[in-house]
Amino acid sequence: MKKLVLARAPGMTASIYLVCAAGTGLSLAADPATGPHGAMPIAAQEQRLDKLITRYATPPAGIDPVAWASIYMMSGNEMTADRIALGRKLYFDTRLSKDGTLACATCHDVSRGFSDHRSVSEGIGDHLGKRSAPTTMNAALMQSQFWDGRAPSLEEQAKLPILNPIEMGHPDAASAMASVNTDPAYQAMFQKAYGRAPNYDDLGRAIASFERTLIFLDAPFDRYAAGDLKAMSPAAQRGLDLFNNKARCVSCHMINSSNPLGTDNLFHNIGVSARTKNFEALAGQAISVLSKNNDPKELDKLAIETDMSELGRFLVTKNRGDIGAFKTEQVRNVGVTGPYMHDGSLKTLWDVLDHYNKGGETNTYLDGGIEPLNLSENEIDDVVAFLFALTDTRFATQNEAAFREQQGLAAKNRPLRDNALAHREMLPFEQRVMGPAGLK
Amino acid sequence: MSDNTKIPHIKSVETRHLEERESMFRSLQNLDRRSFLKVSTGAAAAALAAGASNHFHSFLPVNVAYAAEGPAGQGFSFAYISDSHLYAKKTNERFVRQLLRAVDDINKIDPQPDFVFYGGDLAQLGRKEELDLGAQILKSVKAPLHMMVGEHDWYFDMGQHWNELFGPQTYSFDHKGVHFVVLMSVQEKDFWTARGMSPAERMHTVAGLDNAVQSAFEVGAPQREWLRKDLEKVPTSTPLIVFSHSPLYKLYRPWNFWTDDAEDVQAILQRFERVTVLHGHTHQVLTNRIGNIQFHGMLSTAWPWPYAPQGLPSLTVQMNRPNPFDPNDGLGDGTINVHPDGLVDMLYNLWNRNPMQVKASYLSSGGKSDAPVAPTLASY
Repeated sequence: MKKLVLARAPGMTASIYLVCAAGTGLSLAADPATGPHGAMPIAAQEQRLDKLITRYATPPAGIDPVAWASIYMMSGNEMTADRIALGRKLYFDTRLSKDGTLACATCHDVSRGFSDHRSVSEGIGDHLGKRSAPTTMNAALMQSQFWDGRAPSLEEQAKLPILNPIEMGHPDAASAMASVNTDPAYQAMFQKAYGRAPNYDDLGRAIASFERTLIFLDAPFDRYAAGDLKAMSPAAQRGLDLFNNKARCVSCHMINSSNPLGTDNLFHNIGVSARTKNFEALAGQAISVLSKNNDPKELDKLAIETDMSELGRFLVTKNRGDIGAFKTEQVRNVGVTGPYMHDGSLKTLWDVLDHYNKGGETNTYLDGGIEPLNLSENEIDDVVAFLFALTDTRFATQNEAAFREQQGLAAKNRPLRDNALAHREMLPFEQRVMGPAGLK
Repeated sequence: MSDNTKIPHIKSVETRHLEERESMFRSLQNLDRRSFLKVSTGAAAAALAAGASNHFHSFLPVNVAYAAEGPAGQGFSFAYISDSHLYAKKTNERFVRQLLRAVDDINKIDPQPDFVFYGGDLAQLGRKEELDLGAQILKSVKAPLHMMVGEHDWYFDMGQHWNELFGPQTYSFDHKGVHFVVLMSVQEKDFWTARGMSPAERMHTVAGLDNAVQSAFEVGAPQREWLRKDLEKVPTSTPLIVFSHSPLYKLYRPWNFWTDDAEDVQAILQRFERVTVLHGHTHQVLTNRIGNIQFHGMLSTAWPWPYAPQGLPSLTVQMNRPNPFDPNDGLGDGTINVHPDGLVDMLYNLWNRNPMQVKASYLSSGGKSDAPVAPTLASY
């Protein structure tokens, strides 16, 4: 038998199956989108959600109740049916955008992996943002929100895109609340949920409550880990072994019963920015500004005027170790939440594996744990097979379609494949120092 | 629902960012964007003109006070790389990559340092292919290079190939008013002949840090005599910077963080007014002062050592505990800013960490002022 790193308490296994039984076997192939900004129309999304989650459990299925209460719940915002109902209405309400074309569900679309299947998101006036929309599935289990972790909770996160000028575009909280309050139903719903008149902080709390119901942790992998050895294909089983050993994924994407998402919740520079932007010049400029004037405001000014959002976590912490570092994303449901990386620059999981196999993109601030992996083509296929086995069974059809689509793309083009680097014939930094020929 | 369930108010970074942005735009409302940029560029140019050197590694304003020239010289900076412990590339490509990373780092410093010093232990087992590989990589260092030998370079062929590549292991030179001395401080008494050891066995014994067979490191009487002679004609007011691979004091014998005749060497150096000793071997931020001699350890590019269980100098502010998931954590290179008076500020360029600066004034004041900022030891 294969090595199993994951053990699940018997009680947890039981609770998973309770709720998931209803969802298994639903057909969820991606539909042609017809709503604004490419999203599925809101009413259709709501119907689909009703099929995905047939009842709201607190804690959600698959989560240990003690961990839920102590780690994942924001104190003062305990989940109640009223709060979830209010949050759900808000999540699907396009009034939260200035021009009425976007709801949360536009970029976190039920039919598109609770994301938008785009490299970067489109806001009001067709403005394009700089980062890829992370899925809201399981977001409740992340220790911080946004790619740079700048929001400490879902409550704080939910309030920010509404006021972002190129996302939902309300100039301030008052404007957003005025817009929401045109629907008289909200008065009663806010009152029932929080015992007071509608206000912006409670709006954030309610959306967070709803998002905490979006838990999707019933993948073939979980069934395999619970003892069903046929739940994953032999390729995916070999992929799990590689994930935990040679491919070194587990160093950052640790996945186990107490940490089910497969993220260390930390921030790493893996070089994605270094490939597409003049990243090191930006970093040098940022350090230069700070070395002359250790005032964070100076950097914020540059962040507004330039591409400095590519500096990632550094803009939050000002720690040099965080230059170009972005949050380790969850590996759950990764098959249906592409494209990948903070800028959505990688189309397939084969591209993702190629990126890691060659040791990321070399740059001065590269995380020291990112090293060439020397994976063979077969090994890459196995890891990809395992990654697709991390998608909740409720998305089985969509997952299968995504696999075939990515397989087709990868067969045509593997833009990041670099065998010399992957197999350590050429080392990271070698050409930068020794020139194109490298070491003798 | 009652109000006592209020969430403690957290002002997110983005909220603060937006507030700051708003206030900035308010203050700049009379400037259009073009004039705003002109103002910013003008301010940067003014800062440069005022003598603030833009230091690639540091967030701290690194003001090498060029204006206030001391009696000895004008102040300058040099960089270091140390303890790369190279095996052949096929055996261990990680250490090769890390030396390449250090060279890449140092070559990017703007402006370039006056020279780069290599702190010893270029090779792991003193083999020709290891030293040749190191020499090939170090040829790409843009600034002039000065070399020091370590025990890992020496005990396979007793320094023969190292000497062929890099010249004598003991030498001195003068640069901008400072007298530099490079010592070979890792001499061992002959433990191998009586035991009939092969060169490889001798090398492996020395490379094994913690064993009872090898002897303690020393500078040795002949080299001490050379040092005495070299310094004879140097006035005591001349600043002295001495390089030794092992620390020139006694820290922890079981790991050979130790030089057995350290007191004799210190006695030769004591008559100088300003003496700094820079050493490799310990692979960590290490700070000490004995009398008027200031000691600094250099970082390794191969692996960090833990701190010795006893004998740690009280002036040492420890670097971070390396994250075991990051094989480059606790590693790095650095620059040394030499003041016009000849004393030095050490800048430890820890990869993926904030740099640590250990200033001369911290050591001169016996730790009373300018203490280095201790790293935050965030849990993993």
